[in-house]
Amino acid sequence: MSSQDTPEENLPAERAADDSEHGAVAVPGEKNPFADPGLPPHEHRIQDIDERAARRSERAVAFMFTLSMLATVAFIASFVAVPVDKSIYVFPLGHISALNFALGMTLGVALFCIGAGAVHWARTLMSDVELADDRHAIEAEPEVRAKVMDDFRQGAKESALGRRKLIRNTMFGALTLVPLSGVVLLRDLGPLPEDKLRHTLWRKGKLLVNMNTDEPLRPSDVAVGSLTFAKPEGLEEHDHDFQNEIAKAALMIVRLQPENIKDKRELEWSHEGIVAYSKICTHVGCPISLYEQQTHHVLCPCHQSTFDLSDGARVIFGPAGHALPQLRIGVNDEGYLEALGDFEEPVGPAFWERG
Amino acid sequence: MKKLSARRRHPLAAVVVLLIALAATGGLYTLFAPADKAKADETAQSLAIDEGKKLYAVGCASCHGTGGQGTTDGPSLVGVGAAAVDFQVATGRMPAQQPGAQVPKKRNIYSQAEIDQLAAYIASLGAGPSVPTENQYNPEGADIAEGGELFRTNCAQCHNFTGKGGALTTGKYAPTLEDVDPKHIYEAMQTGPQNMPSFPDTTLTEKNKKDIIAYLDAVNSDKSESPGGLELGGLGPVSEGLFGWIFGLGGLIAVAVWVAARTAKAKKS
Amino acid sequence: MSTANDDRRKAPAGERVADWADGRLGIYSLAKANMRKIFPDHWSFMLGEICLYSFIIIILTGVYLTLFFHPSMNEVEYHGSYVPLQGQLMSEAFASTLDISFDVRGGLLIRQIHHWAAIIFLAGMFVHMMRVFFTGAFRKPREINWLFGFLLFVLGMFTGFTGYSLPDDLLSGTGVRFTQGAILATPVVGTYISMFLFGGEFPGGDFVARFYSIHILLLPGIMLGLVVGHLILVFYHKHTQFAGPGRTNKNVVGMPLLPVYMAKAGGFFFLVFGFIAMLAAVASINPIWALGPYRADQVSTGAQPDWYMGFAEGLIRAMPGWEINLWGHTLVLGVFIPLVLFGLFLGIIALYPFIESWITGDKREHHILDRPRNAPTRTAFGVAWVTAYMIMLIGGGNDIVATHFHLSINAVTWFVRIGFFAGPVIAFVVTKRICLGLQRRDKDKVLHGRESGIIKRLPHGEFIEIHEPLSQEQLHVLTAHEQYQPAEIGPAVDENGVERKVKGSQKLRAKLSEAYYGDDSQIPKPTAEEYREITSGHGHH
Repeated sequence: MSSQDTPEENLPAERAADDSEHGAVAVPGEKNPFADPGLPPHEHRIQDIDERAARRSERAVAFMFTLSMLATVAFIASFVAVPVDKSIYVFPLGHISALNFALGMTLGVALFCIGAGAVHWARTLMSDVELADDRHAIEAEPEVRAKVMDDFRQGAKESALGRRKLIRNTMFGALTLVPLSGVVLLRDLGPLPEDKLRHTLWRKGKLLVNMNTDEPLRPSDVAVGSLTFAKPEGLEEHDHDFQNEIAKAALMIVRLQPENIKDKRELEWSHEGIVAYSKICTHVGCPISLYEQQTHHVLCPCHQSTFDLSDGARVIFGPAGHALPQLRIGVNDEGYLEALGDFEEPVGPAFWERG
Repeated sequence: MKKLSARRRHPLAAVVVLLIALAATGGLYTLFAPADKAKADETAQSLAIDEGKKLYAVGCASCHGTGGQGTTDGPSLVGVGAAAVDFQVATGRMPAQQPGAQVPKKRNIYSQAEIDQLAAYIASLGAGPSVPTENQYNPEGADIAEGGELFRTNCAQCHNFTGKGGALTTGKYAPTLEDVDPKHIYEAMQTGPQNMPSFPDTTLTEKNKKDIIAYLDAVNSDKSESPGGLELGGLGPVSEGLFGWIFGLGGLIAVAVWVAARTAKAKKS
Repeated sequence: MSTANDDRRKAPAGERVADWADGRLGIYSLAKANMRKIFPDHWSFMLGEICLYSFIIIILTGVYLTLFFHPSMNEVEYHGSYVPLQGQLMSEAFASTLDISFDVRGGLLIRQIHHWAAIIFLAGMFVHMMRVFFTGAFRKPREINWLFGFLLFVLGMFTGFTGYSLPDDLLSGTGVRFTQGAILATPVVGTYISMFLFGGEFPGGDFVARFYSIHILLLPGIMLGLVVGHLILVFYHKHTQFAGPGRTNKNVVGMPLLPVYMAKAGGFFFLVFGFIAMLAAVASINPIWALGPYRADQVSTGAQPDWYMGFAEGLIRAMPGWEINLWGHTLVLGVFIPLVLFGLFLGIIALYPFIESWITGDKREHHILDRPRNAPTRTAFGVAWVTAYMIMLIGGGNDIVATHFHLSINAVTWFVRIGFFAGPVIAFVVTKRICLGLQRRDKDKVLHGRESGIIKRLPHGEFIEIHEPLSQEQLHVLTAHEQYQPAEIGPAVDENGVERKVKGSQKLRAKLSEAYYGDDSQIPKPTAEEYREITSGHGHH
């Protein structure tokens, strides 16, 4: 039974024979000085020998159960009496909901006192004599094991599963195939990815609309050191697909001094130093926007990826794998900022097909 | 003393000694910790001049240059406007004590009159945003809910959902907005102090700013409500998790110790 | 008493009901084995009860919450009683959570009990698991129950995560976005899984309803089954116990289920429930009204998941941004490696019992718990694991750590990056040494007695400290543990001088065994001879 390659002698010896069975008190010092002295004699609690102490315990338990009843009454009373929107000041908790506090405390006391009463009862009034239960090996006796094995062999033989290979193989085939229906059924959970992650609402001529004012932006609106968020013209908060579209199209606009822009392409794609970057982090997609106007760094609040907006939004710290995509912008005839096309690469987190 | 020495080897002795040592260290630290107040007062003494330029020459020129043109230690102040001066000086950020990742807020040592004189002087160097009037920043009547949405779009990324502050790169941080004067919030949005970007009226209108101030007044002032109870700093799951571990699970383990403990025996040895 | 004897043929009503039930369910044989079942008393044995009871509390409060919650992502305009959100667009899920918090009487309390209980449930499972680990309670016959417990912990994490995402608030939505980004990072199938899970592009209009059925039905259903199995096995195996007088590997000493444990365990349920209710009365948790509704272009700093996901969050935050672009495909290692590490790190603790039993080759049952010091390598390994876990928790909250200790967030991240590798090594070495030190002290105590702190001056001027001999109980407890000998491969050549074939796995096992039980890894416990020699000799130092 034991492991094929462990010599028995490497295991510690079973407890020596003089280690007593439970309960039997060995004589210490005779053979083994460390022998188990057996269960110590039971000592009485105060409640076991002093009836007055026992009565005190009884009263304490009854008191707790009574307190619980009162607390339940108080719970119902607060539920009825305290308005749901009433606010009270409780030191040191602050301005809190009176109803939440009252219900929570009364319910808490009602429950806690039942528990405290029961435990106090068990600890002081129920017998505290320690008892010992024998354990029995979990493994079955060899005869039982042999019987089970025989029965199994008999059953297997009677089923003729081993002999009639055709039945066996077709059954396994059927059982393997049938879950496929379940898998196929999952197909309509969602559409295939196709190129959905590659396109946003931005395209040539779309105006950059200020997120706060809902007005299209002019270059003069964007000051050096300021931070503006924009969405593509035509996308409204009430639109059915607003969330899905803004999750890709959200834009962050800052203005740098053109001489501070280190990346050549960034400068080309900007307008008078105004640059427009995707607001969606390339790590796992948080709306990144912790813009430090003096360092031109943008930090993601979720995982601290840091991008340098003056250098093509290159990653300078953290877990993001590539730069923020930049949107190429210009000015239309009426003097408004407009996109000169969609992002040239997918926005947001990287994925297998991104390439 | 004899009793004490007899208990020296008690299993709990180490815990007691540790507690005493901790208490002593803490006490000594508070005794010897540097007192910020004294320093501020000292600086205050040197500032008795009441005209903007003179004030500037004493308090600001060493970093920002004699004419506000800026030096390697401080940026140019030409065109920053009176609002920036009012914000920086009235919140105690300027004059800065020492260069660092970020100049912290501290006790303001100028009177409002002195600040106004300073602001007038800086404003004379170049046009910039002026100090907002009370009806510009007074939150009364503003749309709190709209302010909340604007706050989450423009501000929460650095200052947290309800303006409790947050970390920026390399030791910089967005400060908490608790107890900040509405006027200063307005000025900060307008001028973009230090690394904070500005939100000029062209991108965040006067009304937008007012709504934001009203929202902060509702959720982050001493009269803000936290219906659920202790706010735990308003920091979200980190403080909630710590509280749950220490007071929640800790309390339940204390209860478990009581449930499982042996009841006192009649005769104690 | 005497009247009862007179009327024997008619049993009391209670007994007749029991007879009726026995005739149909056979409850008497079940009760015979279990009614007076013995449970040992120790506070650390109640950690599991904390988990069980908070699980029950979560189910009770969760059912209540489903009565009011609308798992729908339809956009609605809010017109409830919370002023700072009135007129805002939000999903029905968020709006109904606001209603639960502000318009349903007691709704806020139940929400807070539900969430606090979840935090405590997971924390309790973590501590319970560590208790089982450090005392060696996972050894035969309890390995399967260890796995059940481990699965409960992992499923609890995901149940918690899906529940936390349901209100569709700005914080949880950010977490869902992270999950979606992480799914996208999976090579080959990432985009497909993401599209199928979210019903299209993120966030879509489906995930709340789908998470809802996962959160309230699928995962809790599996967990309920596992909890029942876990408890049945605890009953069947009978509880482990610490070594002590009268406590052997063949018995279990403690109090009977009826009445003491019934009262204590039953009472403890009410204590836990009451305690959590009071917690929910005084401390706010997940105030979604302050977080606002989710919008894919908004975010707040301090965006963390609940604590049990903080470890995964730390891995993600600390990872450098590696990305490989080859043959038109992108391998997002910066996200994918943390995902794999997350599984491996949890997996290693799940498989530990099997690794240890392979090293020891011990196939016997163990019902006496180890004191952690007596298994120094296991204890050191466990502490190293916990250290790595804790460092990643710090990493998950690196921004909060940075602002509250006035540190640079970059410095904290670097500390976490280095600490993840160095911390466990240091913890391992230090823990092992502490364990060996404690073993030496135990040995010293057994052989020389307890230092009493009383100093005596001998006639010739020497000062000695009086040592009090230990009681028989203490002597037994301090020497009751077993000590393994390192496994040996045996000679390199057999009796005929032919080179023996030794399998690589055997060599590895011999090495590990040496590391576990070699001379540097345990202090031989005092023998009876040593003890007799010293105690019978003159004087004791």
